[in-house]
Amino acid sequence: MIVKALPVSEQATVLSSDDLRKMFEFMLLARLLDERQWVVNRQGKAPFVISCQGHEAAQVGSAYALQAGKDWVLPYYRGLGVVLTLGMSPEDVMLGVFARATDPASGGRQMPAHYSSRPLNIISQSSPTGTQVAHAAGVGLAIHIRNSIAREIVDDAIAWVSFGEGTSSQGDVHEAMNLAGTHKLPVLFCCENNSYAISVPQHKQMGVQDVASRAAGYGFPGVVVDGTDPIACYEATKTAVERARRGDGPTLLEFKCQRLTPHSSDDNDRSYRSTEELKEMRLHDPLHRYTKYLKDEGILTDVDEQALRARIKDQVDAATKAAEAAAVPDPATVLRHVFAETND
Amino acid sequence: MEMTLLEAIRAGLDEAMAADERVFIFGEDVGKRGGVFRVTEGLADKYGEARVMDSPLAESIIVGASIGAACYGLRPVAEIQFADFIWPATNQIVSEAARMRYRSNGVWGCPMVIRAPYGGGIHGALYHSQSIEAFFAHVPGLKVVAPSTPYDAKALIKAAIADPDPVLFLEHKKAYRLIKGEVPEEAYEVPIGKAEVKRAGSDLTIITFGLMLHYALEAAEKLASSAGLQAEVVDLRTIRPLDTATILQSVRKTGKALIIHEDGLTGGIGGEIAALVAEHAFEYLDGPVMRLAGPDIPAMPFAASLEHEYLLSVDDILDKLQAIAAY
Ligand SMILES: Cc1ncc(C[n+]2csc(CCOP(=O)(O)OP(=O)(O)O)c2C)c(N)n1
Ligand SMILES: [Mg+2]
Repeated sequence: MIVKALPVSEQATVLSSDDLRKMFEFMLLARLLDERQWVVNRQGKAPFVISCQGHEAAQVGSAYALQAGKDWVLPYYRGLGVVLTLGMSPEDVMLGVFARATDPASGGRQMPAHYSSRPLNIISQSSPTGTQVAHAAGVGLAIHIRNSIAREIVDDAIAWVSFGEGTSSQGDVHEAMNLAGTHKLPVLFCCENNSYAISVPQHKQMGVQDVASRAAGYGFPGVVVDGTDPIACYEATKTAVERARRGDGPTLLEFKCQRLTPHSSDDNDRSYRSTEELKEMRLHDPLHRYTKYLKDEGILTDVDEQALRARIKDQVDAATKAAEAAAVPDPATVLRHVFAETND
Repeated sequence: MEMTLLEAIRAGLDEAMAADERVFIFGEDVGKRGGVFRVTEGLADKYGEARVMDSPLAESIIVGASIGAACYGLRPVAEIQFADFIWPATNQIVSEAARMRYRSNGVWGCPMVIRAPYGGGIHGALYHSQSIEAFFAHVPGLKVVAPSTPYDAKALIKAAIADPDPVLFLEHKKAYRLIKGEVPEEAYEVPIGKAEVKRAGSDLTIITFGLMLHYALEAAEKLASSAGLQAEVVDLRTIRPLDTATILQSVRKTGKALIIHEDGLTGGIGGEIAALVAEHAFEYLDGPVMRLAGPDIPAMPFAASLEHEYLLSVDDILDKLQAIAAY
């Protein structure tokens, strides 16, 4: 049951020009905020940065089909585009990059990009790859149990979880998909396939072309989507969301995209990607592609783009400045929150 | 009402499920079959299969899905069929459940229970006999509870379910049906983190839990009748956080301490307790702090003769008590 999603030029979209422009804004914000993180890293102000560059279309397009604050979201460390689309602010993100006390994800306890937001139902993420996929199945299980007790759909929220293709090798991913398939749980498994796990290429990771092909083994659809096309990513996700809300079960979405940066600020991808490959990769930049599409369709002009870039740059500047100026965590708090405190 | 340890745990689960619709049970064979030890027998009929749910045969998802459900707002009670099979779920327990609160700066938490039948003496061999408390007692953010009596077990399973943080709840398999005791009809509480003096005495202190608590009580009676010495027996009930106040109070009174556990000696919880006593009650001590524990071999063998050799007996404990008393 493997389906190839159609490219955007061949399918209709319900998205209005307004939506298309909003998605562009989120993608551009994700890119510029991501680039800024590298700058502060190279300035020696942030010890670690990990990027969403190349994944913006998959992340913004897919998250655009979710209901923020209602659906449950478990984005892996590349998910900057996801959390911005859901409503985290650039300052929220930069507070994490600088590990400040008011970092909403962890108060500076975790590395950057380990996202969490209670009001947005973004469940706190850790570093061991794939554990979050099990949690997403558990959210789906909880919704299923509630609805079973009520004998009707009293909660039609879904759990959306992302992970890389390398992480799809983890046992937790298998166990989670098996559970979700067994009870038709409302879970969207989103694999952002950039064909590398740090330096290990896909052909050394698995014996299949498409991670999505594994869905058949769990009894639900797997869809391969062009992850550099935000509209295709939105449409594929929306279909899967509607299916899950109806109680028809999970979908495995595989967004094929490129990792336009090294794995992280500690990696050097020139040691395992050739110059030609690095050059070729640039042709699949989702932001360039989408900019061109919007201009060709007359939805965005050069003037619009310039104005937008200037506005977002101001936003990123302000967020960076505010986050950098924010207080560092008080060392006296290091022992707190091991267990619930009376006011929790 | 007299109940076995097993019946008391079931009664506690039943009451927790009746009181709170968020509570559900998730594990292998827990539904129709009522668990391989029958702890959840009858609960699927009473509360429906959605709340007493058979899981796939996969321990990491039993715990991992419970974590997600706890974050959503339910109160999962995960069952690991035998403690020996908990290892595939270790990452989920240690890296996820136990750290959720700390890593989110108190914003998220994992109110969930992981029940695990443990311990030997039931011809379970290497993979159905193990004690696992030492591994998990090392993990901050996780509570480890191991009741020895039906009275404590019923209240502690309810306390574990009500707790806002993850609790590993260890149930001794040999004690399940062997140990019977009075359980009141009316509501009562036993808090997590409180040990209890199960036998008062002034000559020496035994610190233990689980099946060994019962062996220690027997040995203490024998010591009293044979030598006229009174051993105080402290039942830990909670392995983490340890009730250091109760432990130290008893040792300061008696001046001598013996720590007993079924698990292997090296790296066992006994070492931690011995260190606490040495550090905080040194000037009260009237002899070396002693440990009596299982042998340092990989696990409990199957043949009755070998299993018997592995397990501590009442006489082993009595011998050690006499040696400590004579010091
Ligand atoms: C369990 C575990 N093993 C190893 C690592 C180190 N590690 C972090 S990311 C990563 C590669 C992940 O690749 P993939 O899942 O394809 O995601 P991508 O980074 O390519 O988006 C590795 C090996 C880890 N974080 N957790
Ligand atoms: Mg990858």
